[in-house]
Amino acid sequence: MMQDTRIRADVLVCGGTACTASGSQEVMKRLREEIAKKGLSEEINVVKTGCHGFCENGPLVIVYPEGTFYVRVKPEDVPEIVEEHLYKGRVVERLLYHEPTTGKSIPTYKEIDFYKKQKRVVLSKCGAINPEKIEEYIALGGYEALGKVLTTMTPEQVIEEIKKSGLRGRGGAGFPTGMKWQFAHGAKGDKKYIICNADEGDPGAFMDRSVLEGDPHAVLEGMAIGAYAIGADEAYMYVRAEYPLAIKRLEIAIDQAEKMGLLGQNIFGSGFNLKIHIKKGAGAFVCGEETALMASIEGRRGMPRPRPPFPANSGLWGKPTNINNVETWANVPQIILKGADWFRSMGTEKSTGTKVFALTGKINHTGLAEVPMGITMREIIFDIGGGIPNGKKFKAVQIGGPSGGCLPESMLDTPVDYDSLTKVGAMMGSGGLVVMDETTCMVDVAKFFLNFTQSESCGKCTPCREGTKRMLEILNRITSGQGTETDLEVLEDLAKTIKVSALCGLGQTAPNPVLSTLKYFRDEYEAHIKEKRCPAGACEKLAQYFITEDCKGCGLCARNCPVHAITGEPKKRHVIDQTMCIKCGTCMQNCPFKAITKK
Amino acid sequence: MKTVADLKALREKLQSEMQVRSDSGTKVVVGMGTCGIAAGAREVMAALLDEIAKRKLQDVHVEQTGCIGMCEKEVLVDVIRPGEDRITYGKVKPSDAVRIIGDHVVNGKIVQELVVGRIERQKK
Repeated sequence: MMQDTRIRADVLVCGGTACTASGSQEVMKRLREEIAKKGLSEEINVVKTGCHGFCENGPLVIVYPEGTFYVRVKPEDVPEIVEEHLYKGRVVERLLYHEPTTGKSIPTYKEIDFYKKQKRVVLSKCGAINPEKIEEYIALGGYEALGKVLTTMTPEQVIEEIKKSGLRGRGGAGFPTGMKWQFAHGAKGDKKYIICNADEGDPGAFMDRSVLEGDPHAVLEGMAIGAYAIGADEAYMYVRAEYPLAIKRLEIAIDQAEKMGLLGQNIFGSGFNLKIHIKKGAGAFVCGEETALMASIEGRRGMPRPRPPFPANSGLWGKPTNINNVETWANVPQIILKGADWFRSMGTEKSTGTKVFALTGKINHTGLAEVPMGITMREIIFDIGGGIPNGKKFKAVQIGGPSGGCLPESMLDTPVDYDSLTKVGAMMGSGGLVVMDETTCMVDVAKFFLNFTQSESCGKCTPCREGTKRMLEILNRITSGQGTETDLEVLEDLAKTIKVSALCGLGQTAPNPVLSTLKYFRDEYEAHIKEKRCPAGACEKLAQYFITEDCKGCGLCARNCPVHAITGEPKKRHVIDQTMCIKCGTCMQNCPFKAITKK
Repeated sequence: MKTVADLKALREKLQSEMQVRSDSGTKVVVGMGTCGIAAGAREVMAALLDEIAKRKLQDVHVEQTGCIGMCEKEVLVDVIRPGEDRITYGKVKPSDAVRIIGDHVVNGKIVQELVVGRIERQKK
């Protein structure tokens, strides 16, 4: 202990997946070497943490006690940080975060716009602790909620508290969590199961991964509280195998918690037991659907089945089962410790608490943002996300993954809560936000998401298997300039039929991206069909190449054209024969005078 | 771990190890410009850290700063107790660490003969 109090500084290095990919491990290694070289090892700790959410600017390094926030740190920057900051106490100005609009440097975490408007509850410990050390979680009050529940509350009281908090499932549909627990609690059976759905599969969503990597114990503690409430003694963590770092940290976390007696047999002497298993999924999107997920745990093919019976009555191996997703579980310990009223004080009346959003696409601050429910999309995208890069104009935001919808500029002031989003044709989903600018073609976006759901369709029910395929064919036709006016009607008809007749959530929501783009961007579909033109200039097959007056007649384009579609006399303006052109773009790449444009 | 009391006891013990990441408590700031280092700031800081460790003090952060222009008075050490004025000590030697920590940081008694400056607390 003597050694520990001599520590005067902690240097936190982000060890999340994004920062690791941009080289944070090497930065950490160099830090340890340089600190040792300077003889500072006795006074400075280097700590590997989980994700801070500011992924665009990684690798991130934070120096405490000052809280200095360094961004995009490269291994070669390390000697300067050690020499200047850690040895001499001078902040390395050039590595601070610089506000894009003003160019002003911002020294600490809390003063950055990206963090200012956030309300970090689920992410509060992500990036602040070393996720591979249970001690750091305990130091911040970890497992005390479990202790409180096991020694002072009955299962009914726990369920009542969760119900009162208004917590709703963070995985997509937003079903009230307390109610779900009550069903499983009331179900008859001597054996019950708890499952954590960590099969995060929406394109662009990565909050569950970050929570598992940055604060795995919060999820485990939440599951233990849920297990006590419904009367389960066994639990499964269903994680996709593409999340190796999350799996590794969960394994470490479970092992440490068991060694300390916080999981396992007779926890806190209460007689309550819990064994948590990790089940690695193969990354099929449909396995995020609860009945398919359970089939996969049982070793069968991951396909959904009709409900009822609901998992609360007949779930895993036919036993009563309760499933919640990662972010939902991570909220539970804090609700127990701080109370339902505290939780209700955030968000709106029907959507309480906070929600984590993954910001991706054409946005300045790619990363994770946790905000109170009810703030507007505009605040998330422009105030926190920093707006659209390269001076481009905002066009749409896709929210809720492949099951969600695209919202235009006019809908940006919609409050972000479960019910408002559903009303405008999108949905909360798991919280992926894909931002699009004026160069994105909305028909192409719809095609992208449909392509995704189509290839992820398990094939069990006809509407989803056949219907999405037919829809995709139509979209392919439209984007290649062969669409007809009846196509839109057929497309809408198919979409509405699939919505009501598909077996599971994947199929029922698959048409949403098409329906919402048809609703808000119908003119783009029509331009593709009637004018054979892509307004965003994104659909290659509809593009037209022209040679402008800047042409010097050098002939390079004509010589490189693979189909000999360009003709012209030397030193005179050349012409492209549109009927022969295959839109490959070779001429544009080869023109030394930038005299070829694409429309 | 058998009881909730065990957990709380462990938490209190572990909290001190993460104290450095909180922004509460008393700050001790050592001037580490070239001038400070030449005048022996590293040794002073080591003595301060030793003293803090010896007394097992929690909630005390040792920070560093660059040159503030009073090079002649280096080594400079500032002590900021929560809610009190910022006191600057000058020409601090390693042997002064005992008094700065013992008298001022722990007991709130300013070591008058070493004081070279005083900055009033910013009213919020």
